[in-house]
Amino acid sequence: MQPVNEESLTVLIADDNMTDRMLLSSIVRRQGHAVITASNGQEAIEVFREQRPQLVLLDAMMPVLDGFEAAREIKRLAGEALVPIIFLTSLTEEQALVRCLDAGGDDFLAKPYNQVILAAKIKAMDRLRRLQATVLEQRDQITRHHDYLINEQRVAKAVFDQIAHSGCLDAPNVRYLQSPYALFNGDLLLAAYTPSGDMHVLLGDFTGHGLPAAVGAMPLAEVFYGMTAKGYGLTEILREMNAKLKRILPVDMFCCATLLRLSFQRCTVEVWNGGMPDGYLHRQDGSERVALVSRHLPLGVLPATRFEDRTEVWPMAPGDRLLLLSDGVIETSNAQDESFGVERLERVFDTHKDPESLFDGILQALHDFRGESRDDVSMLQLALFDAERQPPASLIYSDSGQSSPLDWSAMFEFRADTLRRFNPLPYILQLLQEIHGLRSQSGELYSVFAELYSNALEHGVLELDSALKRDTAGFAHYYTLRNHRLAALEDGYIRIHLQVSPKGAGGLLRIVVEDSGKGFDPKKVLAKPPDVHGLSGRGVNLVRQLSHSAGWSEDGRSAHVEFTWESQA
Amino acid sequence: MAVTQSSVSHSFDEKENTACIAIKGRFDFSLHQQFREAYESAGTPGSYIIDLNNTTYMDSSALGMLLLLRDHAGSDNANIKLVNISTDVRKILAISNFDKLFTIS
Repeated sequence: MQPVNEESLTVLIADDNMTDRMLLSSIVRRQGHAVITASNGQEAIEVFREQRPQLVLLDAMMPVLDGFEAAREIKRLAGEALVPIIFLTSLTEEQALVRCLDAGGDDFLAKPYNQVILAAKIKAMDRLRRLQATVLEQRDQITRHHDYLINEQRVAKAVFDQIAHSGCLDAPNVRYLQSPYALFNGDLLLAAYTPSGDMHVLLGDFTGHGLPAAVGAMPLAEVFYGMTAKGYGLTEILREMNAKLKRILPVDMFCCATLLRLSFQRCTVEVWNGGMPDGYLHRQDGSERVALVSRHLPLGVLPATRFEDRTEVWPMAPGDRLLLLSDGVIETSNAQDESFGVERLERVFDTHKDPESLFDGILQALHDFRGESRDDVSMLQLALFDAERQPPASLIYSDSGQSSPLDWSAMFEFRADTLRRFNPLPYILQLLQEIHGLRSQSGELYSVFAELYSNALEHGVLELDSALKRDTAGFAHYYTLRNHRLAALEDGYIRIHLQVSPKGAGGLLRIVVEDSGKGFDPKKVLAKPPDVHGLSGRGVNLVRQLSHSAGWSEDGRSAHVEFTWESQA
Repeated sequence: MAVTQSSVSHSFDEKENTACIAIKGRFDFSLHQQFREAYESAGTPGSYIIDLNNTTYMDSSALGMLLLLRDHAGSDNANIKLVNISTDVRKILAISNFDKLFTIS
């Protein structure tokens, strides 16, 4: 019974008066519509249910079931679609007309019928009906698109999580809060162990939201994990991240980031902050709160030649807590459109002297402030492990071990120009990874190598006195001096000798690290009792503890260590 | 909460050969198009002044827009001055260290 013409409708006419019904039917038919009829309310409902007319003309007063009840039921059956109901009535008193509208009527038409008015009303009601149909269709379309988008985000997040969760955010010294869809807010949180057992952590915030913000996260995470696993330091990783983002992102996109290196053995934290809000290092006893301030432009803004990779190093004790926050924390706003702000945050710090209670304290304060939860806040709390903790398990290798080199030696000399900007350790360690028997000790090997190298560089070539590091102020001074002297370095060298020889079923690696510095008197230094709690002198103890044998030449200008292994892994 | 429409207006100082772009209200992504039109319609002036006197807030996409302008104006050769900066906006610029790229007064 669907009408052919697009303008024409199927109209249900319900009236108990046969004459009226026939008269109205012929008028409506003449206007080009198909007509179906009913003689009371109950019948009208049944006809509606069977034939789904698009418009209903309903007499108010009918036997069996009156028009008001019928209208209610027809509206219920019609559901979300608009089926206009025009009441036919000879009623004139206000109350009756109001009842028509209350029952779900959209309009009324007074008897006797005026053909012109009727035609106009049907046309107007049809416009409304079509509008409603369009709105519903668009709503459903939006819902479908939305579901599709959510599903895409879910898949993208699953892919990304494969990368992001290859890290160590689940380590016991890490506590964090992040929205499940942080990736699409532009927030990024990564953590990974270095080969020597230190931990690298990145909290980043891309400009913008949604897909554009998520796109940059993938290459950033790859650089972070790839270079951390290979033993690169913060500065090399930062330079690579910046260059990569600068290359791939449009001009107006960048990534604010704080990158940290937690050194469990040295008890230090190295920080680079470009564009993130202050991070905080809270002392266990509440004596001090060190702000980790943004000193640089965000990643992806400056060209590689002008990028600043300068980091800061702070001493850190096992009870101290590091706290990093995304700008969502400070910018959280309440119903009055006020921001949470740095001042409120600092008040929370002042009332939570025990750093361990801070994380929950901030969450509580944010909750109290805004009265509802927000999903774009990222927070991260970090502590140091106990220094006695073993380095993490060695990496897993996929090659067979049939081609392990077992009898060779090599010497590298790195001169001033190279020392200024280049960290040779990842390359040398990569080379040593080829010796399968050594792989189970790669963590120790890396730690020892890193110590010997930084001793040769800092105390040898740069002539820095480790006694400077006796207190916090001296500590900061030490690293400032280190940066200055390294940047100005023109002479000097570090030589690394490697000698690998077979020994029984296994083998022996002998490493000699030699520098151009003034040297020291090893008898004097090594005779001193180990300085366990101070900030200096950890390196020498660490080297002796982790390698099979260690020693220094008489002039203190070269150190040698040996690693042995029993049989091929 | 009263919502006021943010807007970008611009003028040109011929004597100084300087384009002046003023931001009113929240400087965020909603002004992306207007801001770009403002600096593109300025031709090739010797310098730009961004007037933030009536700017109540600035988000990271506004920082991105400033970078676009800088790129448009010749990157390292660009001469862009940000003036009349409120305390809140100054904080945002300071965290991002944008003083390394723009003259901030």
